[in-house]
Amino acid sequence: MQVNETNTVNTEEKEFTPLIVAFCCNWCSYAGADLAGSSRLSYPANVKIIRVPCSCRVNPLFILRAFQRGADGVILCGCHPGDCHYSTGNYYARRRMTLLFSMLDYLGIEKGRTRVEWVSAAEGAKFSATMNDFAATIHKLGPNRKLRDLRCEK
Amino acid sequence: MQKIGVFVCWCGSNIAATVDVAAVAEAVKGEPGVVFATDYQYMCSEGGQSLIKETIKEQGLTGVVICSCSPRMHEATFRKTVEAAGINPYMLEIANIREQCSWIHKNKEEGTEKAIILAKAAVAKLNLNTPLIAGESRVVKRALVIGGGIAGIQTALDIAEAGYEVDIVEKQPTIGGKMTQIDKTFPTLDCAACILTPKMVDAAQSEKINIYSYSEVEKVSGFVGNFSVTIKKKPRYVNSDLCTGCGACMEKCPSKKTPNEFNMGLDNRTAIYIPFAQAIPKVPVIDTAACLHFKTGKCGICQKTCSANAIDFDQKEELITKEYGAIVVATGFNPLKPTKFDEYQYNQCADVVTSLEFERLMNAAGPTKGVLLRPSDQSHPKKIVFVQCVGSRGQSCRDHSYCSKICCMYTAKHAMLVRDKYPDTDVTVFYIDVRTPGKNFDEFYRRAVEEYGVHYIKGMVGKVEQVDGSLKVQASDLLSNDQMVLDADMVVLATAVEPDPTAKSLATMLTASIDTNNFFTEAHPKLRPVESPTAGVYLSGVCQGPKDIPETVAQGSACAAKVIGLLAKDKLLSNPCVAHSDELLCNGCSTCANVCAYGAIDYVDKEVNDHGKREVRHIAVVNEAVCQGCGACTVTCPSGAMDLKGFANRQIMAEVDAICK
Ligand SMILES: Cc1cc2nc3c(=O)[nH]c(=O)nc-3n(C[C@H](O)[C@H](O)[C@H](O)COP(=O)(O)OP(=O)(O)OC[C@H]3O[C@@H](n4cnc5c(N)ncnc54)[C@H](O)[C@@H]3O)c2cc1C
Ligand code: SF4
Ligand code: SF4
Ligand code: FES
Repeated sequence: MQVNETNTVNTEEKEFTPLIVAFCCNWCSYAGADLAGSSRLSYPANVKIIRVPCSCRVNPLFILRAFQRGADGVILCGCHPGDCHYSTGNYYARRRMTLLFSMLDYLGIEKGRTRVEWVSAAEGAKFSATMNDFAATIHKLGPNRKLRDLRCEK
Repeated sequence: MQKIGVFVCWCGSNIAATVDVAAVAEAVKGEPGVVFATDYQYMCSEGGQSLIKETIKEQGLTGVVICSCSPRMHEATFRKTVEAAGINPYMLEIANIREQCSWIHKNKEEGTEKAIILAKAAVAKLNLNTPLIAGESRVVKRALVIGGGIAGIQTALDIAEAGYEVDIVEKQPTIGGKMTQIDKTFPTLDCAACILTPKMVDAAQSEKINIYSYSEVEKVSGFVGNFSVTIKKKPRYVNSDLCTGCGACMEKCPSKKTPNEFNMGLDNRTAIYIPFAQAIPKVPVIDTAACLHFKTGKCGICQKTCSANAIDFDQKEELITKEYGAIVVATGFNPLKPTKFDEYQYNQCADVVTSLEFERLMNAAGPTKGVLLRPSDQSHPKKIVFVQCVGSRGQSCRDHSYCSKICCMYTAKHAMLVRDKYPDTDVTVFYIDVRTPGKNFDEFYRRAVEEYGVHYIKGMVGKVEQVDGSLKVQASDLLSNDQMVLDADMVVLATAVEPDPTAKSLATMLTASIDTNNFFTEAHPKLRPVESPTAGVYLSGVCQGPKDIPETVAQGSACAAKVIGLLAKDKLLSNPCVAHSDELLCNGCSTCANVCAYGAIDYVDKEVNDHGKREVRHIAVVNEAVCQGCGACTVTCPSGAMDLKGFANRQIMAEVDAICK
């Protein structure tokens, strides 16, 4: 959710709009996002979705890359446990992300910046609520400075 | 370098109202590879599609990005469009700027900015796309049905009717399943044998159906359209080609003391036996554990008796390997054995029986010739107590949590049949709920109560005790909160429906999934109820969940329709977005095969050319016809050898980069 704070003149301290990457599995969560769209349930424009066949396709390297490139939060959405189109993909995703997120936490990427959510094709409202909530959380945490590729900084 | 064309759709005002489509087209023009960009009112319309086709030709495009509605909507449409203009259908990417953008953002500036980023991400991905070609595989026009109960028979008959060959593998000496043991059937009370045996005969006589009785599936390999199955034919010790089914051997066999499985152990059979008169095939089997010849090397009376010379003590187990296009699981169920339910004294009292045993006691071809007699003293029971939900709908570890679905109805049937045949018998049924959702089911149950005077008590039986040759049943009436003790001559337990014990090993062999109760899982609980999640494997009957006969038959036919749909195809096209392992990077660690839910990964010893160095390496090879393209293996691969076509690591990374700029 957008929080309107007084804009300062200095562009460096311009209001912080977090950049969020959302990996969504094709069968449930991507369809849930479509439903949020067709139900006109809004969420911040800075959430950008990348479609993957299944949550288990998400390589930890994609998430590291996103943080390195300046993402402030990364969320992985898949089918509910037991509903994965490929039966067990989301179980692998869940285990992998548990490990990855604790390693990221150790590196200084707070746990709040990473999230796994199960959103079904029927849960447009949940999709939008999740994205709003996640964006608000990231907004509170502020910009990710820890994993940025310093060579990219101007 | 790619030559990419970008087409931005207005979708009428759906997109154009909140996204400046012209600005999006303008913004992507500078992106690598983009040689053309435009906007158009409706890309999916005839005019929009022609525009794409013409531009592909005029500009010599190698790939197309369409910024429009969700790919779930029109990806297939646009793939066909670009293919028609001569480029590979997988050289297309869609940026979802409607559902993910114009429909949820109100501010046009914000919407346009996001649409541009989504378009750039699609361009970045497309730059790394490669043409993909869907593989083709042939379809073996023969089906295998595992389990020859009413479900399997129905499925086989329907497939045969459509003109395809079907083999039935049945582990018992005869086909027919549990229905052969049932006396009369609810809700019509027609005799089970009268409706089942003609179907068994049809199956046996069909030119298209081949029955492997007393056989089991030993090994399954292959994939949809191309399964290779090894069937183990257990030795009957009787030559089926010679045997006439006269039964002379059974009459002469001196070993007569083996509990008769068909009659639920309520009487005995000989060592050489045919389970029941209408068995198919009507060829006896020798039970080697009971046969004197196998135990002592002597006897051999049957061999001397048989005028057809069919007895063959040297018969060996036979392995047959055949190819099938589709496999149907129809392994049915078994009623739970209530040995862990001490309170009902099933192990101790002969007069405490299960419902299936009761069916045999009421059946004219049963151990008592259809006269209802107590197993303990062969007297006629005057008071019968039925207990429902034994092992169903419970919380403890000996119970199943599910409802077995058929017990309410068959108990009403039993109660009615007893009252009909022996009006002087007092019948009480203890139930938790009476569930009768089926055509004419509630009427049937009400008839039991209203016309036949069966006492229904909502309550639980706490204990059954044997006192002086009769039974005392302690129970509670949940409606009046009374504790009661009833005298009974016989107690009948409606025990839970359990999947056949072979379900688990079979599921592993077929890479089909089962639920926590070992029932086979359907591909979708609502929309794909007769398919398993594994392509080419179908489900028929109670193996998928408790069902009565009408439902089993309906599902059996539905399953056949799906199988026929598959067998009617000459070739199958597979999804080309499949995994692929780089033979130079793979070290054959087999990590990937462990995560693949479809068994799509095999290992081969292959000669590779590693920068001029030729050597044989043990490496992973993905079977493209089996791989479903989930990508689980790509992430687990420690050497980075495994990648997914269409969603390659580089492609997804490129999208991440484009978004996080
Ligand atoms: C006491 C009782 C009374 C009933 N009364 C009625 C009634 O009145 N009306 C009604 O509609 N329904 C009734 N039913 C339900 C009915 O029995 C079932 O709906 C029906 O039998 C299901 O058929 P099926 O083919 O799915 O399973 P089954 O009849 O169990 O057949 C499965 C077959 O597969 C074989 N098999 C199992 N595993 C393998 C393997 N690994 N390899 C090869 N073969 C294998 C088995 O040997 C068996 O022959 C009753 C059930 C019970 C227990
Ligand atoms: S992509 Fe999925 S289905 Fe294909 S081989 Fe890998 S794990 Fe198996
Ligand atoms: S996990 Fe990777 S390295 Fe190991 S066998 Fe599979 S493809 Fe080869
Ligand atoms: S397909 Fe949605 S999590 Fe696997």
